Amino acid sequence: MELSAFVVLTVLAIVSAMVVILHRNQVVAALSLAANLVSIAGFYLLLHAQFLALLQVIVYAGAIMVLILFVLMLLNLPEESRRARAPGPIQAGLGVVLAAVFVAVMGWAVFGATEASAFPRPSPAFGTVASVGTVLFRDYFYAFEAISLLLVVAMVGAVLLAKRRL
Amino acid sequence: MDWELLAITCIEIVVIVNVLLVGVSVMTWIERRLSGVMQFRWGPNRVGPLGLFQPLADGIKFLMKEDMIPQEAYKPIFILAPALAMITSVTAFSIVPYGPTVEIFGRTVDLVILDMDGGILFGLAATSLGVYGIVCAGWASRSKYSLMGGLRSSAQMVSYELALGLSVIGVILAAGTLRPVAIVEQQAGWFWNWNVLAGGWQLLGFLIFLIAGYAETNRLPFDLPEAESELVAGYHTEYSAMKFSMFFMAEYIAMITASSLLVTLFLGGWQLPFPPEVVGLEPGWLLWSLQILSFVAKVGFFMVLYVWVRWTLPRFRYDQLMNLGWKRLFPLALLNVVVTGLLVAFDVI
Repeated sequence: MELSAFVVLTVLAIVSAMVVILHRNQVVAALSLAANLVSIAGFYLLLHAQFLALLQVIVYAGAIMVLILFVLMLLNLPEESRRARAPGPIQAGLGVVLAAVFVAVMGWAVFGATEASAFPRPSPAFGTVASVGTVLFRDYFYAFEAISLLLVVAMVGAVLLAKRRL
Repeated sequence: MDWELLAITCIEIVVIVNVLLVGVSVMTWIERRLSGVMQFRWGPNRVGPLGLFQPLADGIKFLMKEDMIPQEAYKPIFILAPALAMITSVTAFSIVPYGPTVEIFGRTVDLVILDMDGGILFGLAATSLGVYGIVCAGWASRSKYSLMGGLRSSAQMVSYELALGLSVIGVILAAGTLRPVAIVEQQAGWFWNWNVLAGGWQLLGFLIFLIAGYAETNRLPFDLPEAESELVAGYHTEYSAMKFSMFFMAEYIAMITASSLLVTLFLGGWQLPFPPEVVGLEPGWLLWSLQILSFVAKVGFFMVLYVWVRWTLPRFRYDQLMNLGWKRLFPLALLNVVVTGLLVAFDVI
């Protein structure tokens, strides 16, 4: 059951990611990115991280991607032409070498990984709102407050940059 | 793999989707007749007694109309948009507990489709994704009215989601849990134990959620994105027949969902206004039916309120709308969170 969900989510994630890169219409690419983010939320669910899955949908797919879509729709860019320049010989060779290195590293990581059964089963409280909240406000309290300060600074900076007259 | 639970959930989904769609058609009748009453004219009164078959006639009309797709429209997204709107609206209803825990054929059934730990966040996630239906419709129609309507509507929805979420935080603080099932169970007893009154002191939160709910569903006084005098019909200008009807249904289902969430969080959900022991009601199908009926009645009241407000208040201009959302509701909602937090910290709630 989990395996079939994993396969469906994987197909969705990879196909949407490829659409993002390869499609010539930018708005379709942005929508496809939103679909990719929702499938990542599905992966979080499979890993028992329920709170993180919901936050991924609310924040990433529901707010950030909508913002990106706004900008794209307002800009109304022309579609990319399909005829990109063919890669030169150095670029092609380097591309092949780097792709081979990437495949080798991923293969080593996947096949040399620890057996899933060696990890302890997550407790039923894993990934719940209560446990995440406890960790955030107790163990990583300073990091949490520092990040919220960073967000406030970013917001103030954005407003400052965007306003013509204060 | 609990096949029984899966089967029960599937049956619940089928029942709820049908109830929602029937609710939509009932709502169209209520809207048209009530609008007529408020405007001192007859509503539809030809089709059947009191015009009660009007929704049926509307449905047949929508099925048989010609389905036009503009030549310039971006077809895949154009066709996807109404589906997205419907899917997200119906999905948001899945966390609402519409009844207590009942016993059917010896098996205890929770009358809620989804009871996960994140609870109310799932509903917020589904409404966040609802913006995409409008964004897609506005852009894929390749028409200026549609694009402006789509952009305005999605900006409005995103802005009021903030106030909506913050007003929910007040309830979560008062209840100590995110699960709507637990929130409703905590509001048992007399009606002053509901969250809007002495149960959680969330009157401000209730008002903010109500107003933000009107903005989320693009209903008057926040319906500038689809007002006729402004933008023809906004993001669904270029849609005809069944696709338009899907947007229409999605909007009404969103209204039902918003009202249901309001009732669940602030007005005690399916709880009766009095403890059932006072009238000697034992847990059994009589009590459970009354509780489900109480839920339906409360949601029905807020649906009628939607129509009532529609013909009472004038429409907001778009800048007034955004001003209200960001400069008034958002700080008020933050104030609500702070006050509720203080009340919880000093053990008042």
